[in-house]
Amino acid sequence: MTRELERPLPRSWWLRKAAYFQFMMRELTSLAVLAYAALMIWALWAAADTGSYSAFHDFLTSPLSVWLHILVWVLAFFHTGTWIALTPTVLVVWRGDQRLESDVIAAANAFLFLTISGALFWLVLR
Amino acid sequence: MGVPEKTVFEVYRYLPDSEAEPRFQSYEIGYRDNWVVLDALNHIKASIDPSLSFRWSCRMGVCGSCGMMVNGEPKLTCETFIRDYDTDTVKIEPLIHFPVVRDLVVNMEDFMEKLPTVSPWLIPAEEPGPGEYRQTPAEVAHYKRFSMCINCMLCYSACPVYGLDPSFTGPAVLALAERYNLDSRDDGKGQRAGTVTAHEGIWECTYVGECTQVCPKGVDPAGAIQMLKLSYALDWAKSFVMPKTARS
Repeated sequence: MTRELERPLPRSWWLRKAAYFQFMMRELTSLAVLAYAALMIWALWAAADTGSYSAFHDFLTSPLSVWLHILVWVLAFFHTGTWIALTPTVLVVWRGDQRLESDVIAAANAFLFLTISGALFWLVLR
Repeated sequence: MGVPEKTVFEVYRYLPDSEAEPRFQSYEIGYRDNWVVLDALNHIKASIDPSLSFRWSCRMGVCGSCGMMVNGEPKLTCETFIRDYDTDTVKIEPLIHFPVVRDLVVNMEDFMEKLPTVSPWLIPAEEPGPGEYRQTPAEVAHYKRFSMCINCMLCYSACPVYGLDPSFTGPAVLALAERYNLDSRDDGKGQRAGTVTAHEGIWECTYVGECTQVCPKGVDPAGAIQMLKLSYALDWAKSFVMPKTARS
C-alpha cells in the first residue's frame, strides 16, 4: 500500500489568510462581551453590600475604568456588527419563490439593534 | 504591464515509492492567454514530465475532480485562468486537509465515508404514487442552491475546522443534508438528526465562512449549516413546549 502523507495544520493557520484573521478577530472580540458580563456580575455582587459597592463605584469612576469601557464598547460594537452582517445567511425569508434580499434582513437587524439599544439608553439615563 | 513570455509552475511533488519527503518542482512553459491551470498541467504531463500525477475529467467545472491549491487558494483548475494571476509564477499544491497519495492526488476516503451518513436521498413520508413527483418553482427554489454541489472538496480545504479536527462532518455533507431537509418531498429530517446534530456535526462549525467563498457552484455550505443549527434548535425547543402532534 502507498504511504500517504499527512499534513497537519500549523498553529499559525489563522495568519495565512485575511479572512481567517478576520474570523479570529470576530471570535476574540467576544471576550470583550464576556468581560462586560463579568463586570455586571461584580456589580450585582457589590450591590448587596454598601462597602463593596463603594469600592465598585470608585473603580467605575476611575480613568482606567473609563478607558476599559471605551475599549469594550468598541470591541462589542465590532462583534455585534459582524454578527448582524451574517444574519442574512441564517434568516432566510421567502416571498413566494423569491428570497428576500440579504441587505434588507441585515438592515432590519441593525435597525432593531439600534432601536433597542437606544431605548435602553433612554431608560437608564432619563 | 505587458504580456509575460513564460509562466513558471511550481508543482508539489510527492513520490512515496522513491522519495521520503515532498518537494516542489519547477516547470517553465510559454504563456498562453487562453489556458486554464489544468491545460498547463496536461501540457506538462504530455510534453515535459509524464510522471506527474493529478486528477481531472470533464474540463468544464462539472465533475469536481481537478480541485487543487493554486497560489494557496482551493480552486477548480479547469476554470482557473493563468491570466488571472499577476505573477509569472503559479504554485500548485494538492488540496490541503487531505492526505496526499501522490503529487497532486489526495485521498478523499474520509468524505466518501461521511457522505451516506446524512442519508442524502429523498425519504418520503409515504411511498409516492406512479408518475412524476412534481414540485412548484417556489418549492424547488428553497433547496436548489444546496443541490448544486459537485463534491470537489474545495470547501473542506477552505475549512480550518476540518483541518484541525478531521472528525468534523464537514461543509459539503451538511449542505447536502439541508438540501434534502428543505425538499418538500422529503420527510427524513429526523433520520438525519443523529449525524447532523452530533458534536462532529453542525455544532462544530464556528462559521468561518470560507467554504462558501471558495465554492465554484455557489452552494453556500456555511449558510446551510447555520440554517441547520436554527432548524434543529427550534425543533429541540418545540419538544419542550408543544404537544407531539404539533412539533413537525
